[in-house]
Parts: sequence; structure tokens; C-alpha cells
Amino acid sequence: MSVAIKVENLSKAYQLGQIGTGTISRDLERWYARIRGKEDPFLRIGESNDQHSKSESNVVWSLKDINFEIKQGDAVGIIGRNGAGKSTLLKILSKVTAPTTGKISGKGRIASLLEVGTGFHPELSGRENIFLNGAILGMRKKEIQRKLEEIVDFAGIERYLDTPVKRYSSGMYVRLAFAVAAHLESEILIVDEVLAVGDAEFQKKCLGKMGEVSKGEGRTVLFVSHNMASIKQLCDKGILLNNGIVQYSGKISKIISSYFINYNKQEVFFENDDFSAKKLYCTNAKNQTVNSVTNGSELFIKVLLEVKVQNPNLGFCIAIYNGMKELLTCINTFHIHSEIASLGTGKHEFVIPIPKYIFNEGEYFINLHLNSSSGDLYYIIENCYTFTILDDDKRRGGIYRDSWPGQISLVPNININVVQ
Amino acid sequence: MNEQEHDWTIEAKSSLLDLKLNEVWAYRDLLWLLVRRDFVSFYKQTILGPLWFFIQPLFTTIIFTFIFGNLAGISTDGLPKPLFYMAGITAWNYFADCLNKTSSVFKDNAGIFGKVYFPRLIMPLSIVVSNLVRFGVQMILFLLFMGYYYLLGAHFQVTWAILLFPLLLVLMALLGLGAGMIISAMTTKYRDLAFLIGFGVQLFMYATTVIYPLSTAIEKYPTYSWIIEYNPMTPIIETFRYGFLGEGSFSWQSLGYATTVTVLLLVIGIIIFNKVERNFVDTV
Repeated sequence: MSVAIKVENLSKAYQLGQIGTGTISRDLERWYARIRGKEDPFLRIGESNDQHSKSESNVVWSLKDINFEIKQGDAVGIIGRNGAGKSTLLKILSKVTAPTTGKISGKGRIASLLEVGTGFHPELSGRENIFLNGAILGMRKKEIQRKLEEIVDFAGIERYLDTPVKRYSSGMYVRLAFAVAAHLESEILIVDEVLAVGDAEFQKKCLGKMGEVSKGEGRTVLFVSHNMASIKQLCDKGILLNNGIVQYSGKISKIISSYFINYNKQEVFFENDDFSAKKLYCTNAKNQTVNSVTNGSELFIKVLLEVKVQNPNLGFCIAIYNGMKELLTCINTFHIHSEIASLGTGKHEFVIPIPKYIFNEGEYFINLHLNSSSGDLYYIIENCYTFTILDDDKRRGGIYRDSWPGQISLVPNININVVQ
Repeated sequence: MNEQEHDWTIEAKSSLLDLKLNEVWAYRDLLWLLVRRDFVSFYKQTILGPLWFFIQPLFTTIIFTFIFGNLAGISTDGLPKPLFYMAGITAWNYFADCLNKTSSVFKDNAGIFGKVYFPRLIMPLSIVVSNLVRFGVQMILFLLFMGYYYLLGAHFQVTWAILLFPLLLVLMALLGLGAGMIISAMTTKYRDLAFLIGFGVQLFMYATTVIYPLSTAIEKYPTYSWIIEYNPMTPIIETFRYGFLGEGSFSWQSLGYATTVTVLLLVIGIIIFNKVERNFVDTV
């Protein structure tokens, strides 16, 4: 299969601090501060990639020597934390901004959806905006004419086609905007997190349309999202960006799991006058701290709390989510409430055993909710720990090779009765 | 991938002389839709709609007639004062509108430019074409005035130079466009330059023969009148007046000079504009 996009040694630098402040008067002020030996009054705290380290230079590499290839017809998910360089990459691919060094070459027309409804004018009717927006995205007038019916149909706004879009509900507005972009005849579709808007049904429709675009029509799709469920549904390949470099690229499931593994921080910090949450981690049966176990062995989630004042209200809940961010279970301390109420001051470790053959292979992560016995919430510490369950191959019987489907991994004893 | 296989590249540096005019051609539909948008949205947002197009030059003409014509007693080359001023104002307004709107094109369109790519040159071009509508309305007003004064038997005559009108129109548009694009590049770095442009254009009008004829300027300030003569808008307005009203200093040399300056500013403007356009999103 031929290559649709080839990225070679792509870098993008942003300058921190001494960019023009925007006005001459401010620049003069800055100059005056400098000659008096004062600090620059307009020094910008830029969006550094490694936000914690203080760099010597004031240049930040939002992307650094990126290399990758995307094959024609691939649906590629680009994931990474905030500031990893995802948006910069998309901006360069969309030609909104130029790279500092490097080169991208490609084949086919690019339709880029960094935002829906770019250039919509509130005073113009739906029809007029379809044409305007389509033309901004690079469509010719007759092309839009040909697709008009399809676009209107997809957006479901037939009745309001000649109404100014300022009278549209926000949902209609977004539907129309996405419909225009989705019907652009392009070989490559670039989509930023536009699906964050609109109701669930419409999001599903959008995902469906994008899936149709990539799988049905063989077009290349690049998709940035923080929603792992939609990425996994739509994409078969992925690129994980971290601090401006490509950390992994390959099969989407692998990319998503490496993204989550990057996440782990064992220290949990919450403190009030009554108690503090110190630590949350997992161990295996041998009391070794682990991030992964097989589904055939027990896992222990351990929470370290320090009780400062004897507190009958203390409680917590461990919420376990799967890789798709779906809540699987909540384990809370309501049923041991009386024991907690009588806890003396000092540090206490809560050990929560997770029986074997519960979770299927995959990535899981934990939110820690700190709450009172009446259920009032003090604090939620999101994504405070990730663990991986590997399959022990027992239920496969040496026959089934693919990853095991389903959310849970019951391995019941199957009895065979002879029936007369 | 073979070199032949890809059909586009994005690179860090682009050639200065790559003006991307073929891309602009490919997006010509967008140009018309933007013009249409400007026109329709202008209609819909105001009560008086296109009447505003009339009111502004009308009032300016009245005020100029009173102040400069009657109070200050500046010569109008023997032409009826309102006609003289209106000819200057109509031409000047078109140029000034193109210049003003083009010079803030990055600021006004930062939202769109930051989200989607299309040849940026389309935006200033659409401004120039949109302003043409307004210019057309003002031209109609001017022609009505001409008819009115003709019926009154005022002294003026249409000359052959009226045939140069299309050229004058193109020169005004491109001069405003070229200068505007150069300024737009500067205003991306310094926003406050926009204020300077606002009243700078006003002052510039006084260095153009809008409220006085070139002949008077040369007569009264023989040592400084070169400032006015080297102003590329002066030959354009003088030729405009000469064509429609039969008075004004017309010469092929001065018109040739204005054309040269216009082409030069336009080319420089496009080059600078294309250079700034590539990275302006990062600094806005």
C-alpha cells in the first residue's frame, strides 16, 4: 500500500519570553526595565513541554525530530498528554503554521478539521454557510452543489436551511458544521477533538461517518482525541507523542496501553485536618509492588491512610475503570465503617484483595474517592494508579490465540453431564 | 515513496518568489463567497443598509465645501466645489478602505487563519472586491451630482481620459492592497501600529490632491510640492478629475510613475504577506 503522509525530521520550535509583546509601548517598557537591570515585566510563561524543568534557553521544541509514515487508508490515532505536541503536529499538517525544520510530503488532498464551523457567519443562512464553509475547506462550488442534499440530510436541518444560523441551537450548528467537513472529498482527513461537542447520538454518528470514511472509502484518517474509547473504535494504528517526540507508534491497543503506563504515580496526596491519604499501589501475593499480574493470580490494592483525629466519618472508595474509561466497579468502605470509626490515630494500610479471574486482560485504572460515612465526597484523585492484567492462557486451552474478548474473565469449571 | 508519488510537500522554508498564485486561482469560488458574505452581512446588520454608503461621502462633501471651499477659500480649478470634492472623496475612499481593511487582515481573521488553511491572499483580495460594491454606490452618487450640475449648466466637461477609468480603478485597488499587505505584516508584530494607520491614512489624504488641485499646491509651495507629486495617489486622483470633470494635471509620465509604484508595492506586499502568513499564528 502506498504512503499517504511521510514526515521527516519534523521539528517545531516556539520561542518563550522574548516574543514581541504586541505593542511598541510594551516593548519600550521592557527595554526600560532591562536597562535598569529589572526583570522583564512581560516574560511569558510558555507552554513548555516538560513543564517542570527549567530550561536554559527560551526556545521550546514542541516537536523534535519527528519521523513517521502513514499508509494510505490507515486510521491513525494520535494520543499524548496535554502539551505533548499533538495540536502542533496537526497544525503543521493542516498548513496553518509552518515547521521550523523538516519536511512532510504526501499524496492526496487534505481536509483538516481543527474546529467545526470555521468561518460560519451568524447572519447567513444554513445554505449560504454550507457554501462558504465548504469553500473555506477547499471545495469548489459545484462540488458543494452536488453534495448539498447529502450534507443537509446528514445534519438533519432541512427545515432550517434558509434560516440564519444564529437562530440555530448549538447542536444544530455543530451538526451542520461537521456535515460539511465530513462530505469534503479528500484523500486525507485530519480531525482534532471536534467530537467533544454534540450529544451522544451525534457523536456516534460522527464516529460512524469517520469509520465509513476510513474503512469504507479507503481514505486516510488522522484523529486526535483524549477519548480512548472513540480512538480505539475508529483507529487501527496509533502514534504516542510525549514531550514532542514519537514515543511509540504501532497498533492502537499497544499505544493506548503504553499511554496509560506513563500515567502511574504511586504517591497520593490529600490532606485535611482529620486524615491524609498517603499512597496507593498494587502488590502481588508475594507482597511485591507490581503494575501487572496475570488474571490467574490475586492482586492486592493497598491504600495508606494516616488518621490524625479519630474520625467516625472516614471512608473511601476505589473506582476501577477499564481502558475505555468505563467504570467497572466501586469498592467502598461502607461495610467496614464501624471498624474505621474506631481506628486510632496513626498510619493504617488498607489491603483490598482482587480475586483471580475477575478482570479480563487489559489496562485498568483507579480513581480514589475520599468520602465520609454519609457518602459526602471530600475529594477525588483521578487516575491515581494503573495496572495491567495479562492473560494466563489457561482458558485458551492452547487453541485460541487472539486476545480474549469481553470485560471479565470467568474461568468456571465446566461440568459435562451425559444426557440420555 | 518515490519522489514522483507525492503531490504536495510542507517544508520549513519556502522560496520568496513562490507567490502561490495558482492556489489562489483554485480557491476563486471562495473569493466570491467571501465577497457575498461581506455584502449580505452588511445589509442584514444595519437599519439603513446601503444608505450608509451614500451618507458618508455626502456629508464629507458638504463639510469640505463649507470649510475648505468657502471658509478657507481653496481653489477648485473653477469646478463646482461639491463636484470637485466628491470626485476626490470617491476615489480616495476606495483606496483608503482597501488600505485600512487590508492592513488589519491578520488581526481580523486570526480565528479562521488559525484553524484552516486556504491561500491567505484570498482574504485581502476579497476585501478589495467587497469594497468595490461600496465604491460603485458612491460612483452612482457622484454621477448623479454630475447630472445635477450639468442641468444647472455648471462649467465642467468629460474628456477622453475617462477611458482610463478602469486602469485608475485597478491602480487604486492594487495600491491599497499592496500598501495594506505591507502594513498588515507589521501590525502582526505591533498591534498598536493599527492606531497609527487609522489616523496616518487620514493625514495622508492631506498629502493627496483631494481637497485642493495640484496646480495650486505647486503654485503656493513650489519647494515642497514634490511630496504631493511623488505621492502615487495624486496622479490617480488628478487623472480621475481630468477624465470626469475636465480639470486636473494629467500627464502620462505621472500616471506611469503611479503604475510603477503600485506594481512595486504590490509585489513587495505579496512577498511579505506570504512570508508572514506562514508563521503568524504562533505570534498572534
